[in-house]
Amino acid sequence: MNARFEYLLRLGDDALIMGQQLGLWTGHGPVLEEDIALTNIGLDQIGQARAWLTLAGRCEEKGRDEDQLAYFRPPAEFRNALLCERPNGHFGDTITRQFLFDAYATELHAGLCHSEDSEIAAIARKSAKESAYHLRHSRAWMIRLGDGTEESHHKLQNSLNEIMPYAEDLFYTDTVTALAASEGWGIDPSSLRDAWDTHVEEMLKESGLNRPQSTAEQTGGRMGQHSEQLSQLLKEMQVLPRTYPNAEW
Amino acid sequence: MEKKNWPLWEIFIRSRQGLSHRHVGSLHAADAEMAVENARDVYTRRQEGASIWVVPASAITASSPDEKSVLFDPADDKVYRHPTFYDLPDEIKHM
Repeated sequence: MNARFEYLLRLGDDALIMGQQLGLWTGHGPVLEEDIALTNIGLDQIGQARAWLTLAGRCEEKGRDEDQLAYFRPPAEFRNALLCERPNGHFGDTITRQFLFDAYATELHAGLCHSEDSEIAAIARKSAKESAYHLRHSRAWMIRLGDGTEESHHKLQNSLNEIMPYAEDLFYTDTVTALAASEGWGIDPSSLRDAWDTHVEEMLKESGLNRPQSTAEQTGGRMGQHSEQLSQLLKEMQVLPRTYPNAEW
Repeated sequence: MEKKNWPLWEIFIRSRQGLSHRHVGSLHAADAEMAVENARDVYTRRQEGASIWVVPASAITASSPDEKSVLFDPADDKVYRHPTFYDLPDEIKHM
């Protein structure tokens, strides 16, 4: 197995699915300004996905580019964490998913800036600034809604209860992550756990939300075990290039 | 459910080359922090800005259009207030 290819696919697929999900909010944001904010963040993540997947394709050495990896793989070959494919739901669901991911991505990108692989480090340096802003945005919303009205607090607590177990998949470790860490070009995600937890704790304290009772933690995304939700999402994302291969505009 | 509009904020951006903040428009936001973030997304996407100010629109006191003639017309015939009678050395910028 090509560990670097696998590892880069995970980074790229996380960003791609998160970006695609935010893209679905275009024209549906709660207010115009937030509509633009969500779309901007989604575009940042699509940009990150392009960089990771292009690099993944080069590491694979089978001639696949970013488009082939994004548009011509079936769901079982996607390596995104299960958190990323949780449905958009209402605005609070989307923001909760985004916050849990942004807290992870901020630490991940900061760590990857020190990668032994200069290309990985370069993409991480660009992404780190974006992720730090994304976290600032989603964190502010968690606090605003958690500490808002009785209704907003109640809704957000439910979102957190439902979505948080899927964040476990972000910290999944196996031979790929072990090799990435030992060779110094990647990061063992479990090493990000404490920093991530600090972000979550601070958010909980300021928002007045409660840490969900630990329920069965969900993993499997890194092995290609996905929910029906991902199939639906990919179907919509991939239909155009699959119907008209090599189409340009 | 009653849907209230968020307060209106006036946005001022200092551009990369600019010396002072300029009014660029307005937007809605629930609080000042959100106003800065929204301004960043709405008005600085194409590298326009190096600094953002947000001001609650309600905090701005404007002159009344009715007073226009009283306020501004008296300046019409006072050309001596313009520094056009001096030769400016080339080294003086931003005049």
